[in-house]
Amino acid sequence: MSQPLRLDPIACTGHGLCAELFPERIWLDDWGYPVIEAGELTPELDEHARRAEASCPALALRLQRDR
Amino acid sequence: MILAALSSSSTTYWYLTRSTGAVALILLTLVVVLGVIDVSRLSSGFWPRFVTDTLHRRVSLLAVAFLGVHILTAVLDTYAPIGFWDAVIPFHSSYRPLWLGFGAIAFDMLLALMISSIFRSRIGQRSWRAIHWLAYACWPIAVLHGLGTGSDVKQVWMLVIDGLCVVSVIGAVALRMSLTVTVTRAVRVIGIAMPVAFALGLLVWLPGGPLASGWAARAGTPAKLIAHRVTTEAATR
Amino acid sequence: MMLAAQQFPRLLAGLTPGATMSFANHTLIHGSMDVPEFQPATGQHPLILEIERAGVRGYGGSSFPTATKIAAVAAQKAQPLVVINAMEGESLSDKDMLLMRHLPHLVLDGAIAIAIAIGSDRVLVAFDGAAGGLRRAVERAISERPELGTRGFPRIVAAPLAGGYLAGQETALVAALNGKAAKPTLTPPYPFERGVNRRPTLISNGETFAQIALIVRHGATWFQGLGSARAPGTRLVTVSGAVARARVVEVAGGTTVRRLLDASGGMTESLQGLLLGGYAGSWLPPEAIDLPLDHESLGQRGVSLGPGIVFALGASACPVAEVAAVTEWLRHESAGQCGVCVNGLGAISDALLELRGDGDRSGAYGQIERWCGLVTGRGACALPDGAASFVTSAMRTFKAKFEDHARRGHCDACLEPRVLPLGDKPVRPRQQARKLVAA
Repeated sequence: MSQPLRLDPIACTGHGLCAELFPERIWLDDWGYPVIEAGELTPELDEHARRAEASCPALALRLQRDR
Repeated sequence: MILAALSSSSTTYWYLTRSTGAVALILLTLVVVLGVIDVSRLSSGFWPRFVTDTLHRRVSLLAVAFLGVHILTAVLDTYAPIGFWDAVIPFHSSYRPLWLGFGAIAFDMLLALMISSIFRSRIGQRSWRAIHWLAYACWPIAVLHGLGTGSDVKQVWMLVIDGLCVVSVIGAVALRMSLTVTVTRAVRVIGIAMPVAFALGLLVWLPGGPLASGWAARAGTPAKLIAHRVTTEAATR
Repeated sequence: MMLAAQQFPRLLAGLTPGATMSFANHTLIHGSMDVPEFQPATGQHPLILEIERAGVRGYGGSSFPTATKIAAVAAQKAQPLVVINAMEGESLSDKDMLLMRHLPHLVLDGAIAIAIAIGSDRVLVAFDGAAGGLRRAVERAISERPELGTRGFPRIVAAPLAGGYLAGQETALVAALNGKAAKPTLTPPYPFERGVNRRPTLISNGETFAQIALIVRHGATWFQGLGSARAPGTRLVTVSGAVARARVVEVAGGTTVRRLLDASGGMTESLQGLLLGGYAGSWLPPEAIDLPLDHESLGQRGVSLGPGIVFALGASACPVAEVAAVTEWLRHESAGQCGVCVNGLGAISDALLELRGDGDRSGAYGQIERWCGLVTGRGACALPDGAASFVTSAMRTFKAKFEDHARRGHCDACLEPRVLPLGDKPVRPRQQARKLVAA
């Protein structure tokens, strides 16, 4: 899957925990909101992606399960 | 002789319930402070957001664990007539019903907080957030429970712990209120005034309440237990 | 009566300015419509196949293949619902207002035909309730057709709503029809799966339904009798700006901008630039005047006609001031749900307004293009994407002027009144269709 991490831009309020936990693929823009780069996830990256998903206080980040 | 009448395991339970209760209060205070810091979005290079968030979640689990021991030992202990259901149903116990009841209420709230957090993705953000506001009610009720039922309430070290807990929460809330920009001035003032009022209320109430003599009876300790303790204290002096 | 394939105009046939065409006259001009039969849950309905053959793409701005959309709705299990989207949030577009006010029966015909074909029992007509005379025209047209709601015909209900730039955005429209605030929602679920009243909802532009009404009667081959291979059929385009007679024109596909401007009475001053597609569209230099207006040729330049908008910027206007004013307006039209849009458009708008003023230059000008890239593709709807395209194409087309403003602040033309409308409709253009066939 080319973009397994989906962000709900309406729920996102720019807490930024996702970027702290998954800097390989997520970085914050000028206003503190996450930019999520596309790309498949290796098993190693998958672990970080799951932690990022679990850490979001706004439940805005979702990892697609059928990836 | 009277000492022997109390089984040694019962005393152990009684000491355990008191100590785990104190630790649970400290941990609960820490959870509240971490939660307030989390929602204030404070962070630095050395202390990123996810640390606050993860600590908040983990310490809350630890607090519940200590609370579990606190409740279990209180129930198992035969000294005070506290039953299993008194842990979740308030005001029905024959031991200090009001103050123990506060503990039950606080525990119920904590259960709601924990279960809603475990199933957060199922219930959705809005419901979870609404339930999480209970934390601001849970903590002061827990403090009142400790002051009302605590056997160590008159001890200096316990009062210091209580004091530090209250001051920490007031400090955290004051910090949050000063940082937030999306809230009206009135809400900000009320936000700081409430914990401060709680603390002042305690200062007014304590000297005539738990710290005064005869509190055990006034709080609802069954008469024969008071007689027991008086005898025990006389025996150990 | 059969309209011959070459006969022109098609959509605007019989249009009388200031009057709403009655059902009787409509039947005289276009003939009565053979109502299709319902076929359950299949994308292979002959009407859908015919629309696909004709190559119809949505005329509301997305240019999405209409047959694909209808088939997606038809394939859903629950009973679908049809919505005529006449909200027309783009200030520069007037064609849907024109159709609903003066030629509502053509639009209704198309919606009825599709509704019956896909088994829908209800059609909602969504329009700006504040627009003068519109509600009356719609309700009168509905009342002129007593068969609605009986014998398999769907019920048609007028749904006047609050206007606004986002009012026509599909998920925002669904939200409004469901009684909530008109703000876009996250997709999936898409309206075709779950929309109004949680039912599969087909939302199409008013003009799209009008085109379908013609195809039902005359077929795909007839439809392709005008226009080009890449842009079959005719379409409505609102032409405005520095032209003698701003108006809605019906043109054959593939025509050029030059012919559109000629059909609007020609330029009143020399041409400084062209805006195609509206405020989510793109600016082009005057040389683009001979660009054929079909999906592919425009697509190669990264440009689209959107809901059929061509605006001619005259030499006396200041593109910098115009773009700054529109961007600020778009920023306030934002639903305010996504941090990227609220902050991003805010920063871009502030930086542009600086160019129009005399204050200290913050250096933000150099960030605008990067910010436009940052807001693209990251919101719940395409408002920031459109604004970004609007701004970057302007900075490219009028590069010298922008850099001049960045260095020295406002120019004389900045002080003149604005020419691009913000939320208000342009003066209601009189129609006059001209036969324009692609070379």
